[in-house]
Order: sequence, then C-alpha cells, then structure tokens
Amino acid sequence: MEEFLHSIVSKYNYWTYIVLLLIGLYAMIAKNNLVKKIVGMSIFQSAIILFYVSIGLKKGAAIPIMEHGAHGQGHQAIEVAAYANPLPHVLMLTAIVVGVSTLGVALALVQKIFRVYGTIEEDEIMEKIGQ
Amino acid sequence: MIQDQLPMLILAIPLLSSFAISICGRAHQAVAFAMLTGAMAASFACAIGVLSQVVSTGQTIHYFVGDWPAPYGIELVIDHLNAMLLCIVSGVGLLVSVYSWRPVPAEVPERLPGKKVPGRVPNFCVLYCLLVTGLLGICATGDAFNMYVLLEIAALSGYALLALGSGRSYYATFKYLVMGTIGACLYLLGVGYVYIKTGSLNMADLKGLLTAPALMNSATIHIAFIMIVVGISIKMALFPMHGWLPNSYTHAPTASSCLIAPLVTKVSVYMMVRVLFSVFSAAFVFTVIPWHGAMVWVATAAIVFGSVSALGQSDLKKMLTYIIVAEVGYMAGGVWLGNASGLTGATYHILGDAMMTVCLFMVVGAIIHKTGDSSRESMRGIFKKMPVTSVVFLVGAFAMIGIPPTCGFFTKRYLIVGAFQAGQWAFAGALLFSSLINAVIFFRLIEIGYFPKFSGEEESHGHGTHGRQVTAVDEAPLSMLVPMLIAAASLIVIGLYTNEIITGLIGRTIPAGLL
Repeated sequence: MEEFLHSIVSKYNYWTYIVLLLIGLYAMIAKNNLVKKIVGMSIFQSAIILFYVSIGLKKGAAIPIMEHGAHGQGHQAIEVAAYANPLPHVLMLTAIVVGVSTLGVALALVQKIFRVYGTIEEDEIMEKIGQ
Repeated sequence: MIQDQLPMLILAIPLLSSFAISICGRAHQAVAFAMLTGAMAASFACAIGVLSQVVSTGQTIHYFVGDWPAPYGIELVIDHLNAMLLCIVSGVGLLVSVYSWRPVPAEVPERLPGKKVPGRVPNFCVLYCLLVTGLLGICATGDAFNMYVLLEIAALSGYALLALGSGRSYYATFKYLVMGTIGACLYLLGVGYVYIKTGSLNMADLKGLLTAPALMNSATIHIAFIMIVVGISIKMALFPMHGWLPNSYTHAPTASSCLIAPLVTKVSVYMMVRVLFSVFSAAFVFTVIPWHGAMVWVATAAIVFGSVSALGQSDLKKMLTYIIVAEVGYMAGGVWLGNASGLTGATYHILGDAMMTVCLFMVVGAIIHKTGDSSRESMRGIFKKMPVTSVVFLVGAFAMIGIPPTCGFFTKRYLIVGAFQAGQWAFAGALLFSSLINAVIFFRLIEIGYFPKFSGEEESHGHGTHGRQVTAVDEAPLSMLVPMLIAAASLIVIGLYTNEIITGLIGRTIPAGLL
C-alpha cells in the first residue's frame, strides 16, 4: 500500500495526465451532444500537452536561458541538470496550434450540422439521417 | 545548387502556392486552377528529379532544414521508398488537379444561395495545396515529431475538403475528425514516451538508440510502440477502426474524394512501414514483441469485411470506399507478415493501389458529372455512351481484380508468396477470396454497363425492328478524360515494369533482417 501511494505521489504528473486523458476519451465516446464531444477532444489534447510540459521539468533547475556566450565569446560547458529542458515546451507550442485549429474546424462543422439537421444531439441526427 | 535544394522545393512549392492562391486566386477561378496545376506540376517535376538522383547515386539524401545538423535540427531523409512515395503523391496530385477543373465549379458553388460569399473555388485550391504539402511532408521528413505536425496539416485540410460537400458530408466529416484526432494524439503520446526514454526525435538517431537491449525490453518503449501502431492504424482505417472512412469519402465532392481516397490511407501505410523499420527495427517488431501474427489476423478480417461489405453496396462510391478498407488490409497484412516478399508486396501495392483507386474514383466522378447519380444503375449503357470512360473503368477493374498484366496481379502474387512463407494460410485465403469478390462486383458492373436497356422496355416502344435505341455518345470533358487515361495507362505500365520497380526501388528498401 505504501509503495503504491509512493508511486502515485512521486509520479503525480503522469497520474494527472492519465486521468484527464481518460475523462476526455470518455466524453468523446460516450457523450451524445456534439459540442460535449468537442470539449472532450480538447481535454484529451490538453492532457497530452500537460504530459509533455511536465517531462521538461527538473528539480531545482533554472529557466533555460544562458547567461554567458553572447556575441560568440565565452563558450562555457553547460551543466544540463541546472536548466529545465525547453524542447518539450517548444514542441507543445506546435501541438497547441494544432489543437486550436482542430477545435476551430470541429466547431465550424457542428455549426453546419446544426443548420442541416436543426440539432446537435447525435441520436436525433441519426434519426433524421435514417428517414 | 538547385539540385541540392530539390527535397525542400517539393514541399515549399505547394505550401507557398497555397498562400499565393489565397491572395491572387480570388480574381478568377481559372487563375486559381492554373496556379494549382502549375504548383502540382512543379512539385511533381522536383519529385522526379529527386527520384532520379536517388536511383542514379544509390544513396540516401539527407537535407538539413535551415542547415541545422541532425539530430538537433529537422532533416528530410529521402531514400528509394520515400522518393517513390513523393512521386506518387505529387503525381496523383497533378492528375487530380487537372481533373478537378470541371467538377469542382459544378459541385462547389461559387456563391452560396442567398449569400454573397465568393471564393469557394479558390478555397478548394488552397486546401488542396495544403493537403498535398502535408502528405509530401509526411513522406519526406526524418523527424518523428515533425511527422505528427505534417500529419495534422494533412488531416485538417482533408477535413475541410471532405466537408465541402453538402448535407451528410458534415456529420460524416465530424466523425472522421474525432477519430482522426484520437489517432494523431495516440501517435503523439507514443512519440513522447520514446522521447522520455531516448531524448531524441530524429528517426535515424532513434533507431540507433532503440537497439540497446535495455530499451528493447523496457515497458515504456513497448507502450509507446503500441500507442504509435494503434494511432497510425486509426489513420489508415484498418478494420475495426475503419468506421470513419466510408461515409466521409462517399458524401464528399468528387474532386476531394479523388484526391483523398488514393493518398491518405496509402501515406498512412507508408508511415507504418517507416515507423516499424526506421524508428523501431525488424528485430524489435518481430521478435521482442510477439504479436505480428495477431496483426495479420486483423488484416485478414479487414480484407474479408471490406470485400463482403463492398458486395452489398448499390452506391458506386460507397462500394469503392469499402474496397479501400479491404486494400488497407492487403497492405497492413503484407507489412506485418514479417518477410521480404510480404513487405515487397505491400510497398508495391502502395504504388499500384494509389493508381487504381484514383483511376476508379475518377471514373465514378465522370459518371456523376454526366448523370448526376452515383448508384449502380447510373452505369447502365455506359459502354455506348461514354466509351473512353468505360475503357478506363475496365483497366481499373482488371487491376483491382488482379488480372495480368495490370499491377494488381503482381501485388497479390508477392503477398500470397509471403503469406505462404510465413505460414499464414488464412491471409492467403482472404486474398484469393477478395479477388473473387472483386471479380463478382466488377463483372456485375460490366454487365450493367454493356446492356443499354432492359429488353422489356424496348418492346414497350412497339417498333420491333428499330427497338434498340441508339444511344448518343456523351463523353466527359477532355480535362477529365486525359487524367483518367494517364492513370489507366500507368496501371499497365507499372504492371509491365514490375521487375524494374521491385529490383530498382522497393528491393533496396527492404531492411536487413527480413528473409
């Protein structure tokens, strides 16, 4: 039991992202309302973004801006452990952009669906298609 | 020199053209189409140039974007397999861009009724360029995260292109969007797990790092592998994750489905080949993780399900979409067989299937353009009415069934040999079963196309001697016929040059370690 709790506390970032991911996935699969599906999709993507951001973190590390080495002089050996890893954060800038555009396209589609069927409830749309 | 910049130009030309079209293409739709076709032709020329470079030197091209050396910068890596894929994507892009001159203005109205929002045709051209950029990028990139970004560029422009249809296309595309996002996100998560363990995103670098025994047996890497494979399987519509494909492709405008149906699933299959053999290794995929046999069974189920569902469709476009589901099964099965014949058959089928799918979709598009209907009955009397279209249809159908000398025959031969070598009898059986079903489907259509009218109807006219009506030739416009004829000719040419293609291109990309 203690070991289990320890694994949760020491790796809480992973647990957080997994819980969020599953909430998002559940909403995408189980929700009947299309906008709620999109909300689920956003949670799903944000969970992955949080996961990536958390893996760049190091205990006691500074922000990754080097103090020396400007103007091409004074190249010093960098102690990697002293700086947070900036790469996952930079990757996530791209992923956020992708997420926003997916959200935009999805909302535009829902608007179109509403104009055609007059509803955004999935079961009602299926009924209208079946007719 | 310009030759050194060709890999980047392949991507840069369609990307920059999409901006240019959105600025200049608003003037007139002819301008937009001219720019689109010009961009596709230039990109295709660059792809051919790269292919000839790779073939003549026999070496892989490494292009460092912005001159940042790998593994820190993003690199484009072009070997024989990529070069072939780049030619397929830009070639199909060029054919369909010419083909879409006529059907797009007809199906995508310039102005919505009651509204003054011009410019939907230029929008189509912009999205077209972006989709091709994304697909070409997936083929060219040597960076795992970059591949995710390009995958999403292709997917997002694909959603918009598919939703340009009307009515049901919106809901079908919405489902595709949700499924596609799950697939891409799973891929992204898998890449994240690999990054945690290795600290690298460059594919060649990853391959070197992942051969370490400690990593090969690491649970994190196994989970990453599963997530990446499931994510890509959703993107390539492998049964049972194919649910989004048939409806979204059926209800899309003709030109969109002609472009997307041949390319998107095939590029996803390429992604799977690339990830299995260039990020992970054959030893890892087929010995450390022992479920390639299960994946072949999934592929077998895909083939059987796709073929049987296609048999039951009365709508031509929907029938073709289910055939795509079956064809994805061919390729996935060939890759997962784990031997050289299977992989050769699968990669050769990427080329062959892209051409036959585009060929048949263009035929159906021409029929829809002329009759406004895509049901099976719309083919009634087509051999008299549209003689050129029906020749193209025959070649495409023969390739799909697998009659030599079309390329479909050679794919099946390699795949069946591979299945026998791997002892996967069910997969070989499914391939034969699917050929049989395709034969039934297409010969039924040929029969419908050959007989103009029911004999009963003719007699009801009362003039026994002149009962058979002479159907006037009513062929599709030339801008649609020429791409169709080129696609049909390519099917035969690919079939005739099978040996050269396989020894010269595909044989060089079979990784060591596969027998």
